[in-house]
Amino acid sequence: MASYVQTSQAETLAPPTERYTLLGWVYKHLLSPWYNLVLTLVGGLLLYAIFKPALTWAFTGARWAVIPANLNLLMRGQYPAEEAWRLWAVIFLLALAGGYNWGVWSKTVGPALITAFAIPWLLMLVPWFSWGTRLNLLIVEAVGLVGYALGRITPKQRSQWAVYAFLAYLLAMLLLLRGLQEGHPTLPMVPTRLWGGLLLSLLLAFFGIVFSFPLGVLLALGRTAERMPAIQTISVLYIEFIRGVPLISLLFMSQVMLQLFLPEDFPQIDHMLRALAAITLFSAAYTAENVRGGLQSIPKGQYEAAASVGLNGYQTMRLIILPQALRAVIPVLVGQFIGLFKDTSLVALVGLFDLLGIARVILANPDWLGTQREVYVFIAFLYWIFSYLMSYSSRRVEEALGVGKF
Amino acid sequence: MHESFVAAQARPPFWRDERVLRVLSQVLVLAVVFGLLYFFYSNMMRQLRETLGIPISFEFLRQTAGFDIGESLIEYSRADTYGRAFLVGLLNTLQVAVLGIVFATLLGIIIGVMRLSTNFLVGLVAAIYVEAFRNIPLLVLLIFWAQAVFLKLPRMKEAIIWPGPTYISNRGIATPWPVPAEGWPAYRLALVAGLILALVVAYLLREQGKRTGRMPLVTLWFLVTWIGAGVVGWFAVDLTVGTPLTLDRPVLEGFNTQGGRVFSQQFMALLSGLVIYTAAFIAEVVRAGIQSVSKGQREAAYSLGLTPFQTLRLVVFPQALRVIVPPLTSQYLNLTKNSSLAIAIGYPDLFAVAGNTILNQTGRAIEVFILVMAIYLFFSLTTSLFMNIYNRRIRLVER
Repeated sequence: MASYVQTSQAETLAPPTERYTLLGWVYKHLLSPWYNLVLTLVGGLLLYAIFKPALTWAFTGARWAVIPANLNLLMRGQYPAEEAWRLWAVIFLLALAGGYNWGVWSKTVGPALITAFAIPWLLMLVPWFSWGTRLNLLIVEAVGLVGYALGRITPKQRSQWAVYAFLAYLLAMLLLLRGLQEGHPTLPMVPTRLWGGLLLSLLLAFFGIVFSFPLGVLLALGRTAERMPAIQTISVLYIEFIRGVPLISLLFMSQVMLQLFLPEDFPQIDHMLRALAAITLFSAAYTAENVRGGLQSIPKGQYEAAASVGLNGYQTMRLIILPQALRAVIPVLVGQFIGLFKDTSLVALVGLFDLLGIARVILANPDWLGTQREVYVFIAFLYWIFSYLMSYSSRRVEEALGVGKF
Repeated sequence: MHESFVAAQARPPFWRDERVLRVLSQVLVLAVVFGLLYFFYSNMMRQLRETLGIPISFEFLRQTAGFDIGESLIEYSRADTYGRAFLVGLLNTLQVAVLGIVFATLLGIIIGVMRLSTNFLVGLVAAIYVEAFRNIPLLVLLIFWAQAVFLKLPRMKEAIIWPGPTYISNRGIATPWPVPAEGWPAYRLALVAGLILALVVAYLLREQGKRTGRMPLVTLWFLVTWIGAGVVGWFAVDLTVGTPLTLDRPVLEGFNTQGGRVFSQQFMALLSGLVIYTAAFIAEVVRAGIQSVSKGQREAAYSLGLTPFQTLRLVVFPQALRVIVPPLTSQYLNLTKNSSLAIAIGYPDLFAVAGNTILNQTGRAIEVFILVMAIYLFFSLTTSLFMNIYNRRIRLVER
């Protein structure tokens, strides 16, 4: 009868090595088995077929001169050149407020922080920028550093100062951008029809997010309020209606019909605000659905526990439910806000001169006929950079807040 | 008795009673909402009556449109009514949405599976694709596609000619297209008969599978039967009645082509832009779905002796589908709604025809927007209805 018990020492195998060598990695991920080799060849050919003509065009065929010649237009539209310092001031304040917030909320120096502080230096390398721009970027770096240092020395009990700093920044930004009144010696008014380019795109996205977020949270609370059927019905109707129609129809409607809804003697609402209203109302419905997902993920025990320690409905929501619900949906919300930023390009179709609208203006200039590829590739790249930065930073925030971990 | 006594004792003053507050807050919200709506409505009606002098009416739909539409699936001329122009736009939207959904799904599944490949290069190609196209606005992509790609194709004189012949030029793509011939009515009958036969076969096979416990590949046999019936029917009809379909080939005449089917430059730009953009999102949906099936499921299937194909078909796919279907639905809806961006590149879809041309000609903003929004809303709600039914069918049944 054969024995199944091993009686002698088995031969000792060498530790596996192929995983740790470069050749082993290449063999495992590119060459073996045979169909992997075929896939590698096909993939390589595909990359070659796409990138070779693209790079050849970018380095030899493209007329990139169109970008530096119109850089100011692309960045700020018709915003007057003599008032451009105000835009820089807005950026400086942003660096200050942003650095301060960072310093208050995160006390560790990580790769994200180093990346953030490397951005101005990297931008200085862009060959199209003038020396004045580079100097301004240096100031951004310095101001950001000051803000960060201030944030670090702020005691932990004073964390709410970071929020106040942000709110103060909002007011200062609006004041600087718009100015006081016509003909004011230091801050003359710049009407919104002169705002354009990247400036307008970012502003629309920023204020779209700022205004639609609270509205969306309210709608989400309304939709989940099962014991208040009237409010629930209104929320559901609003959300489903907005989500069922394309944004472009809302934008057109706000341009054509908003004035109809108001009394005749009501002052004309300017085009940017109309577009912003449409974007806000549109985005709020999507925010509501995402936040609802977070609210539904909160177990019932949390409500009961809050009630048992004597919190009322408002306190329960503000202190217990919403912080958890919002933290759970950060990734989705950021994805939606990236979508909102991309959707701001639609305002070009209702006559605003955002990044895309300005691009179309430049292309209508006879000097730059036939440079569609260059201009559109450039603005697509700008949109891409900002969207990608948003998704990257959301991943960092997610890690810092420990989403998915309890 | 005792309980009600305690409750009466514990009742707080009414301004802190949650039941009272609940009713009060609802009344308040309702008052505000209806007040606002009434305010808007009364302003609108007054302005319409006093300044513009046009009451709301849909009569204009019967008036002559008097404008041309670049492409149409049905007969249309400028002598037709606005209502018919509406229909033309609606059909164009449907056409681009249906084709877009089909192609975006196919491309999205391919890219999503590629991204999970163990082959580094294949995964890289898919990752570049997804990251590149997800972060660019669709509108920029569409305009780029229309102006920097399709408009820069060679002119008709130097058109690229593929076998068929298919002419590819900056006017679009002219390709051979089947047109019904004398045998078509008979062949259509044959196809219907084949479908019924295939359904019967599928039903019998399923019943047999339930009886014996060995389920055959029902869908495969269904398709084989139907296609077989189609092929046999083709030859039968061809020999008895006459050929069912003839191929209409495009012919180059001067600066344009005659015959065949022409997919206009605008249509191709819109379709390819929508497909490329949406496929990047669908790829992520598919990837997330497949990754949501834990490795243990696959290992368990292998240890039961299932083949890799069976594992995919019977274990991985049904579970992944549950995760995939809801987000996929919203991608389909997004694609349909995004097709309204056609207005930027000159494709006459519903929104371009109604929200632009008809609105500018008639000035009837309210009626036009009511119609357009109602139609998009109808699409959205019906699609989500059907997808919800489907979702309920494949959902995990819990006790």
